[in-house]
Amino acid sequence: MLPIYTYLIFSVLKPLLFLLKSSVFVQQVINGLTVGGVYALIALGYTMVYGILELINFAHGEIYMLGAYLGIIFLGFFTAIGLTSFSLPLSLFLAFILSIIFCSSYGYTMEKIAYKPLRNAPRLSPLISAIGVSIFLQNYVMLTQGATDKVFPHIVENAGLEIGGVSVTYIQLFIITVSVLMMLSLHIFITRTRMGKAMRAVAQDKTMASLVGINIDTVISVTFVIGSGLAAVAGLMVASYYGLVNYSIGYIAGIKAFTAAVLGGIGSIPGAMFGGIFLGLIESLSAAYISPEYKDAYAFIILIIILLIKPSGLFGKSQEEKV
Amino acid sequence: MYLLEVRDLTKHFGGIRAIEEVRFRAREGSITSVIGPNGAGKTTLFNCLTGITRPTKGVVSFLNNEITGIKPDKAVKLGISRTFQNIRLFREMSVLENVMVSQHCRTRSGLLSAIIKNKAFKNEEQAIREKALEYLELVGLENYSDTVSGNLPYGSQKRLEIARAVATEPRLILLDEPTAGMNPQETAEMMGLIRKLRELGKTVILIEHDMKVVMGISENIVVLDHGVKIAEGTPEEIKRNPLVIEAYLGKEH
Repeated sequence: MLPIYTYLIFSVLKPLLFLLKSSVFVQQVINGLTVGGVYALIALGYTMVYGILELINFAHGEIYMLGAYLGIIFLGFFTAIGLTSFSLPLSLFLAFILSIIFCSSYGYTMEKIAYKPLRNAPRLSPLISAIGVSIFLQNYVMLTQGATDKVFPHIVENAGLEIGGVSVTYIQLFIITVSVLMMLSLHIFITRTRMGKAMRAVAQDKTMASLVGINIDTVISVTFVIGSGLAAVAGLMVASYYGLVNYSIGYIAGIKAFTAAVLGGIGSIPGAMFGGIFLGLIESLSAAYISPEYKDAYAFIILIIILLIKPSGLFGKSQEEKV
Repeated sequence: MYLLEVRDLTKHFGGIRAIEEVRFRAREGSITSVIGPNGAGKTTLFNCLTGITRPTKGVVSFLNNEITGIKPDKAVKLGISRTFQNIRLFREMSVLENVMVSQHCRTRSGLLSAIIKNKAFKNEEQAIREKALEYLELVGLENYSDTVSGNLPYGSQKRLEIARAVATEPRLILLDEPTAGMNPQETAEMMGLIRKLRELGKTVILIEHDMKVVMGISENIVVLDHGVKIAEGTPEEIKRNPLVIEAYLGKEH
């Protein structure tokens, strides 16, 4: 009996081990980290707003889309005035800063117009309002920028490094580095600064937070500003990675990032970071080893399995009933 | 001098008259108790004073300024802070962080200096930390500063709530049932702590059911029943007041 089992096990394991050793695996991990970093940045916006308002901000994907468009517009402008040929890093830096500022103002305004008046309304009302904002922003961009794909200015060479059959483009390296840096700074902001402390206090108990002198409105605004800023960065990076942008990219990216946030445990910041990267890895590995047509399906299958085992998500705490 | 003055304060929830034309004053540096049977409107009164609920009618004035319907964070800035009957700590934060977060309303450094971490910010952060430790010492929790507050035993959580309330540097502290659920020794310690607060110059108003505590530390007692003030006076006067006895024990037949 025993030899048959060993034979069976080896016949399955052998090709698997071969796969893991091969450069394909490493390549897919790098691709996965690139996409996952972006998912994580968007997921953070969902999870932070949920943590504080218990609202799923369905318009958050649109902020990401706006970030991508704004990046293209600003870089186009910089190319026109010759700044990109003068200094590429400077113009990229400026494009990032400007996109962040614009998207943060969109996020700030969105909260003031669409969510704040509904703060004490039943929970479904702001949700519908969020869907409304999402539809509005999509159509606003479609009407002003056109319904066809926009091309990202070809200013960054698609070059990269080639190590042992694995190719890493500079854009990929850039995306991974920036995502990690953004997540690290967010972590420091939340744990070390007084505004971070105030945000955690508001997330745990809004009334009590206001009773120790924290201005709830300011904290909520800051949450939207930070979440939108992260989405702007994600949008600009994706635009440079894929090279194409249209008005509906926010929808799919939003759903994916929302999935990532739920996977990690909605409301949990480390959960969103982990969930995003995990989702990116699943997608790229399943695309390589199983079939690329169903990569979205695998992500959701994993999500369903995880939620069946741990309904509050990987990093989420089981909800205690509030008295 | 009167620190707090409440005139004709009324709060209706639909058809329910939670409090009806309540008036009383609290002298600066005094301890006032609000007592009454369950559902008398004591907590509603506190909620109206701290801006959690907006009164239907009436006036709250603090330091001779009208503050009726003020927002909670504004009330804190003016110098009113409170604790809750059921503990409401920031359970996932450490003991020290709970106290530090309360002091932020008294500090100046904004977001920008927190990012660039200039010298003023660092000094201020250091000062906040030291002060927070002082407040923890006041309530006897200085050795637990790094404990996650949700893991503290019940009595310590109650004391931490008081440290957090004191950290906002209030002139008036409202304590909602500070000794509820405590054993006799913890109760005695809590009474000592409340007296200490007065020695620090704070004015204290407390809701309390334990008559030993009420009679032992208050200078003035306000009795509510079904939302109406039925008596006010010193512990001796209240003990003898037939209306109070009736509210608590029922009418003699």
